[in-house]
Amino acid sequence: MKQTWVIAKRELGSYFTSPVAYIFLVIFLLLTGFFTFTAGQFFERGEASLGAFFGWHPWLYLVLVPAVGMRLWAEERRAGTIELLMTMPITPWQAIAGKFLASWIFLAAALALTFPVVITVNVLGTPDNGMIFAGYLGSFLLAGAYLAITCMTSALTRNQVVAFILAVVACLFLILAGFNPVTDLMARWASPALIDTVAAFSVVTHFDGFQKGAIDVRDLVYFLSVIGFALFATSIVLRNR
Amino acid sequence: MVKIENLVKSFGAKRAVDGISFTVERGEVVGFLGPNGSGKSTTMRMITGYYAPDGGKVSVGGQDVAEAPLATKRLIGYLPENAAAYTDMTVRGFLAFAAELRGLTGAAKKKAIARAVDQCFLASVLHQSIDTLSKGYRHRTCLAQALIHDPEVLILDEPTDGLDPNQKHEVRNLIRELGRSKAVVFSTHILEEVDAACTRAIIIDRGRIVAQGTPDELGRPLDEVFRRVTIPDTVKS
Repeated sequence: MKQTWVIAKRELGSYFTSPVAYIFLVIFLLLTGFFTFTAGQFFERGEASLGAFFGWHPWLYLVLVPAVGMRLWAEERRAGTIELLMTMPITPWQAIAGKFLASWIFLAAALALTFPVVITVNVLGTPDNGMIFAGYLGSFLLAGAYLAITCMTSALTRNQVVAFILAVVACLFLILAGFNPVTDLMARWASPALIDTVAAFSVVTHFDGFQKGAIDVRDLVYFLSVIGFALFATSIVLRNR
Repeated sequence: MVKIENLVKSFGAKRAVDGISFTVERGEVVGFLGPNGSGKSTTMRMITGYYAPDGGKVSVGGQDVAEAPLATKRLIGYLPENAAAYTDMTVRGFLAFAAELRGLTGAAKKKAIARAVDQCFLASVLHQSIDTLSKGYRHRTCLAQALIHDPEVLILDEPTDGLDPNQKHEVRNLIRELGRSKAVVFSTHILEEVDAACTRAIIIDRGRIVAQGTPDELGRPLDEVFRRVTIPDTVKS
């Protein structure tokens, strides 16, 4: 556990010693603002909720989370520091968990900086703050799922751009499996049971529950399994480097 | 301290290491020689546990590297080829990171960093970011990382690569000094280093040991011996 934290601390430090962290935070906050108030028509909706805010997160994270995570293993491979890391007296799991946690903490901090939107909606009306909390929890888990997938693609290559593209494509699949236009398209030939099965793999399906204020154990299990599976795959990739 | 038996490692169809065996005791400095691509780095990577061997066995301090990876990694200080380091960190930050991963904290960590900085002459660049360092300093920073926990076994892959003649001289002296109380294996293709720092040399070529012994036993001049036992890669096989 201590070694995991040593690695997480170094990773977090390296976000903030480069401009990456600051650029990311500014872009993330600008984009959430734009999507919530302009594209999401926050004011025109006339309801005291953050639906306009959370609804965009699966799409927003699709680009931003791989951008945060693409570095994690690809850069270690490119610079050769992976050899240093893997010959230290730590288990591969400690390294994998440390790196994942560092980036997840960073994404949580970015998400926490969106607090003005919570204040805004509370000033303008009386929203259900439990629902908002559930939305934040779902959004955090969603970011974790994308991030774990990015860890996996980052371990596959020494090229950060390749890691980024692979992660975006993999996450896009997880969105599209439950995206209405796609399920509608499938409805022409597939049985409803098949559509439901495919949709059950989608992050959108499981993220929707949180947005409605429901913290369902099945949704929690889904996100934690995606994270667990992707990190396990990362360990296999690293073992066969 | 280090015992390797019949080590084999292939990459695709190429046998990089083909049945190498040797032992290194405490108080020995073994120079590991060979042409480029002869399997030096691959062998060292198997000793440090970075690569898993396809066949054979490596034990460090009496324990099998495959069975007790953490225990053997604790005993080893390793300088990888090209001296990789996290370039966004300062020298001190990087050494502190290595010390913490080695389980050193508080006063013990401070003392370990001070000792390694002293041994590798890094005091003047302590708070500089690694990517601003010259090659010689970067190399020594990575060497300091290998010495941070005062290990019993040192595996150094080309420790004098990229250093100027003065720095080479200092590093050879340091290796000889460390060799009195530790088991040291270092690779090089600079043959004078064998005379300058080694108690024993092993020459490998195409993954096999082709000659070994003390510098005197190998015969002189060493570069003639080296040329005689290895096949230049400019020759078509």
